[in-house]
Amino acid sequence: MAKQNDIKYLSTTRVDRRPKKYCRFKKLGIKYVDYKDAEFLKKFLNEQGKMLPRRITGNSLKFQRKVAVAIKKARQLALLPFVTDLMK
Amino acid sequence: MATENQTTDQKLQSYELMIIFTPVLAEEEFKAAQQKFSDLITSNGGSITATEPMGLRTLAYPIDKKTTGLYWLTEYQAPTDVNQKLEIQMGRDESIMRQMITRLDKYAVAYNDRRRKGIKLEHTPKRATEEVDEA
Repeated sequence: MAKQNDIKYLSTTRVDRRPKKYCRFKKLGIKYVDYKDAEFLKKFLNEQGKMLPRRITGNSLKFQRKVAVAIKKARQLALLPFVTDLMK
Repeated sequence: MATENQTTDQKLQSYELMIIFTPVLAEEEFKAAQQKFSDLITSNGGSITATEPMGLRTLAYPIDKKTTGLYWLTEYQAPTDVNQKLEIQMGRDESIMRQMITRLDKYAVAYNDRRRKGIKLEHTPKRATEEVDEA
């Protein structure tokens, strides 16, 4: 006695399809990540000044590494904080 | 990577130096310090591409109990042994709070060139960077 709204799917249906993540450096053709541009590097940090993972930024491994180096350099030169609250 | 910059006996490499001086320096002292390190580079066989005194900036965190610093940025080409001499001199200078020497690859040199001309990094079309590759 199956009712209309009792239909079961074998695989769960995706309700919201997120847009595919992409590496912004590859897309925009940026070859060098500048440590002096603190405002740009802030896009890859969270509120506390921690680096965001690749999972969230969508960077390719190559550029995530370059971003990481640039952020660490900027921190040494006091362009970015090591730790903070409410950065933006 | 900048193998094209080869002189008769020594390879020249592009570097970038950023120094944070203490904010207590007077205008002339700041100028004199800049001159001192520029001369140090040129007297050791290097050549300065560009200098940029960024001036007084607030630090992201206090260094030596100071919240501001005088930033000075210079890009230069030098033989590889210059940096060691520079670092010794910078270590002796008490007006320096922080310094960093960065080796620049060809993309970095091209980027700095564009930055000085005032072209924004993020809005660079893909075509423009491909031209850099060929250069």
